[in-house]
Amino acid sequence: MKNPQLNKHGELHHLLTTEGLPVRIMRDILDRAASFLDVAEGREIKKVPLLHGKSVFNVFFENSTRTRTTFEIAAKRLSADVVNLNIGSSSTSKGETLLDTIDNLCAMHADMFVVRHSQSGAAHLIARHVAPEIHVINAGDGRHAHPTQALLDMFTIRHYKQEFHNLRVAIVGDVLHSRVARSQIHALTTLGVPEVRVIAPKTLLPTQVENLGVRVYHDMVEGLRDVDVVLMLRLQNERMQGAALPSGQEYFKNYGLTEEKLAYARPDAIVMHPGPMNRGIEIDSRVADGAQSVILSQVTFGIAVRMAVMSTLAGSKQ
Amino acid sequence: MNIHIKNGRLIDPRNQIDARCDIYIAGNLIAATGDAPAGFIAQEVIDAAGLIVSPGLIDLAARLREPGYEYMATLESEMQAAVAGGITSLACPPDTDPPLDEPGLVEMLKHRAKNLHQARLYPVAALTTSLKGLELTEMAELVDAGCVAFSQADAPLTDTRVLYRAMQYAATFGYSVWLRPQDSFLARDGVAHDGEVATRCGLPAIPVCAETIALSTMLTLARETGVKLHVCRLSSAAGVEMVREAKQQGVAVSCDVSMNHVHLSDRDIGFFDPNCRLTPPLRSLRDRAALRAGLLDGTIDAICSNHAPVDEDAKQLPFAQAESGATGLELLLPLLLKWAQQDNLSVSDALSRATVRPAQILGLDAGHLSVGAVADLCIFDPDEYWTVEPAALKSQGKNTPFTGMEVQGRVRFTLVDGKIVYRG
Repeated sequence: MKNPQLNKHGELHHLLTTEGLPVRIMRDILDRAASFLDVAEGREIKKVPLLHGKSVFNVFFENSTRTRTTFEIAAKRLSADVVNLNIGSSSTSKGETLLDTIDNLCAMHADMFVVRHSQSGAAHLIARHVAPEIHVINAGDGRHAHPTQALLDMFTIRHYKQEFHNLRVAIVGDVLHSRVARSQIHALTTLGVPEVRVIAPKTLLPTQVENLGVRVYHDMVEGLRDVDVVLMLRLQNERMQGAALPSGQEYFKNYGLTEEKLAYARPDAIVMHPGPMNRGIEIDSRVADGAQSVILSQVTFGIAVRMAVMSTLAGSKQ
Repeated sequence: MNIHIKNGRLIDPRNQIDARCDIYIAGNLIAATGDAPAGFIAQEVIDAAGLIVSPGLIDLAARLREPGYEYMATLESEMQAAVAGGITSLACPPDTDPPLDEPGLVEMLKHRAKNLHQARLYPVAALTTSLKGLELTEMAELVDAGCVAFSQADAPLTDTRVLYRAMQYAATFGYSVWLRPQDSFLARDGVAHDGEVATRCGLPAIPVCAETIALSTMLTLARETGVKLHVCRLSSAAGVEMVREAKQQGVAVSCDVSMNHVHLSDRDIGFFDPNCRLTPPLRSLRDRAALRAGLLDGTIDAICSNHAPVDEDAKQLPFAQAESGATGLELLLPLLLKWAQQDNLSVSDALSRATVRPAQILGLDAGHLSVGAVADLCIFDPDEYWTVEPAALKSQGKNTPFTGMEVQGRVRFTLVDGKIVYRG
């Protein structure tokens, strides 16, 4: 099957998922992000002209403040013109279909779409539909993928741990409903992490998740033992209604990351979270704000990684 | 009109004929095979050299979308598609709008179909009023109006007492009940088989136990009530095993599978191909292998097209929001032949699953070429290869997972009631 993200030269044309993303492209993006980080930190003027004259449309069919904002900042630092659309509350409620909306935006001469949608596969659908010169970045589709989040997580891990080939990484929480977890798993295994673990109750793990290349743990102490990186996932409140969990308190007791549980990980382990955090549900404040937490670095790195992704796409041949 | 079909290879699974043999049609009946009857004068001679002459196909599940969903398909378009696919009889499920729950609707459909002079239509009426699963329909009235069985189509019937009563009542009069096994709670919001593909794609899943739990309920009640139960669209290996056991124990149960499930698995979803958004969901390769094995050993009696035309717009949506269904009438024959070829089966054995076996399930004396039988025939070229191109299909539904695939077998003539209703 043709990889829908790559053009015929093997270059990245859309970023839809980390699954099947060649390791050379992934490493290029991380390297490029590192150079943008230097730009952001070392210079008075933070802008570079790589996307000058290009229009980036942030099309969010699902609300998100932070992801949209970091994409917006990234595009502006690349000198692009940025348009933000929160469609969740306008067109679709008037009966317009997803592709109608996209067609209208194409007619406004968009060069790049950053799309978030509540349905798995929405970004693939849009990428199949748009003209060949237009680029699509998946900013989260249903439970399927959130590739820029995973890439910024990889960037963060590399920043603190230098290499991937000697790491144990644990992903904790609602893997079943998490696009972040899926994208992290593909990215970690592609970059050569030898041991990826998932820790959750059975109700929050998808069927045959081990076939994605992970070890399954149901116990936090066992799962966190000797890991180098802890990736926490957000727990949605609606899981309590769907009979997946009895209560937030019970979840916190079993799976909430506390200092006591974190003590089983390696002493230099780092703790990450894609945000927004539910303090006292999946993570204790003392851990979230503690010395091992790199959660705010993730946000900073997120801008550089998204700049790297956008400029990589814009640089691909047609 | 008298028709002489000469030089063809006659395949009649019921009478175990597979030989080069002429066939003579007088009026609407098969007058003779082999030698012409005395004094037979043909008004039309069909030279079937190189072609196979088979009983017309009988499809147990074809949605024609009338009444109510004419924007998806109409009786005209789908009846043309049926005869272009060599299908001479088809059963349509009751999930129209309004559902087929009263005699007037069944009569209207039968009447409209009859006036089109194409395939024969056998409506399956609703088992419960409005398919709501609460009250029984007027079964005797519906049978008088021309329906052949009772079904919930894909609508849930969660109240097991209603199901029990419905089966008891149907059994009283010898009516058949057709049900697709799916527990509606376990299947809620699900759009794909609960396996590796759904996990990878992040699609809400339907576990196999949604099928086996419902199947267990209906087999238990069928045993209890003695009703003639037909299990529709089996999808899983575990389901096949349960039907196999039930048959061994003497339960009056028959069973069908959709051609899509004989050929595809959840892997074909690939990157969210909405053409693979089907009901029931495509399951694993292991399930597909078990469905094929079940077909071979007779656990599964028939293959149906599960024809469900949908409009193009309804498929241009993210996978889970896309309308379920695929066009199928014109692909049933080629996909039967493909199955025969892949599993080293004779053409006759393959054709039996879409002729004589479904006829038995419908309780019809049809699906064979005995002398004196009604002349419903399909004459096809088994060696013609063609590529499935949506625009070339007669069906108003253009979506199929087989788009672009090369298939084998092209219908040349379809005869219904002794009349040529399609020339390809």
